[in-house]
Amino acid sequence: MNFGQNAKLINLVRLSGGASQETWSFDVAMDDDAIHELILRRVPGGSIEGRNSSALPLSVEASLLKLAAKESVPAPKVVSVFEPNSDIGESFVMERVAGETIARKILRDEVYDTARNKLTQDCAIALAKTHATPLSELPNLNVSNGIQQLEHYEGVFRGFEIDRPVFEFAIKWLKENAPPPRSDVLVHGDFRLGNLIVDSNGLAAVLDWELAHIGDPREDIAWMCVNSWRFGQSENRVGGFGQLTEFLDIYAEQSGLRFEEAEIDWWEALGSLKWGIMCMIMYESYRTKASPTVERAAIGRRVSETEIDLLNIISRS
Amino acid sequence: MYSSPSSTELLQAVKTFIDGVSKDQLTGHAKFHARVAMNVLDTVIREIEQRPEAEASEHKRLLELLNTTPDADTDALNHALGEAIRTGVIGLDDVKLRDHLKRTTIAQLLIDQPRYSGLDPA
Repeated sequence: MNFGQNAKLINLVRLSGGASQETWSFDVAMDDDAIHELILRRVPGGSIEGRNSSALPLSVEASLLKLAAKESVPAPKVVSVFEPNSDIGESFVMERVAGETIARKILRDEVYDTARNKLTQDCAIALAKTHATPLSELPNLNVSNGIQQLEHYEGVFRGFEIDRPVFEFAIKWLKENAPPPRSDVLVHGDFRLGNLIVDSNGLAAVLDWELAHIGDPREDIAWMCVNSWRFGQSENRVGGFGQLTEFLDIYAEQSGLRFEEAEIDWWEALGSLKWGIMCMIMYESYRTKASPTVERAAIGRRVSETEIDLLNIISRS
Repeated sequence: MYSSPSSTELLQAVKTFIDGVSKDQLTGHAKFHARVAMNVLDTVIREIEQRPEAEASEHKRLLELLNTTPDADTDALNHALGEAIRTGVIGLDDVKLRDHLKRTTIAQLLIDQPRYSGLDPA
């Protein structure tokens, strides 16, 4: 990345301070008045010690963004990747895509009326294309199927030594009802509103590939259906904006893979359990005084949301 | 022991104070955290009002489900229920178990997040 000696870096703003990366927005103003609108994703402090160990290295995330663009999944263009021993530290720069990420605005504001009508189709096609990425082209990624994830999260839950009979019930139900696995594909791992840029025409970019892995395509579809990611619009099972039958039809047309609603149920229940245990993990950082904020304490009282979701899914299955 | 002001009145007073400060003087992260703090106080107020009765009925149901003596406390009973589910002593299709889990979760949510959308189909 070289914009020449006269280029000026302006409008530098920190957007978020996640546990696994910093995100900065900035512009590069050129001599001829052209402006490049960019985003920097960087390991906290530029050093690997600041990074959440479960997230992918940023260089791998950057290579997934490039692959996604190659497969025609809407994704920001990667401009430059910096190695851990560079001046700025482990990081990459990508083009800034215009649009909205805040779920409640996308689901409610009039300006996204047209986008909401297209979003089911856009997301179905984006996921079908993501899942069609040739495995031979992928960087080194973890392989993680449904049962492995269930066992992992069960282990985390047991480690807390907090009794939650609904989780025992859900874990047992998931173990007894696991559907046969499907062929391995590239799974995005966190495909939902909040991690998607939406503009007035629909899906503009798929972000946050740091939880990508090789696994079951139904994981991504069901994760969007988890009630927590419907942001209050529960009647629209897909992300708060779409119907699952329509989504699965478009996905099947695009990918040749036909899934039934009933098999999404199991994965949606696993998704709710995972989110519930992630909330417990965040509360744990309060309990251990690692992050003693009111927000971390409060999230411990959101676990019951996932419990009612689990009971609702299991009672209709 | 006196109860004027009551603990609920004291919490309401703190909530009103935070609300005023956050509206007039806070922005960004501080304002967000002030909203979270107010929601937490609401949770505590609801818990003071609802928990004694909710926990008493939970305890009664647990005793019936586990067929045990009334001297065990709710924590111990919930631990025993978890074990009974995990080991299959109580089956997943047990109607009383499902009914208990649903009632307990609804009572918990009416304290934790009474506006949560998942309560509607329940």
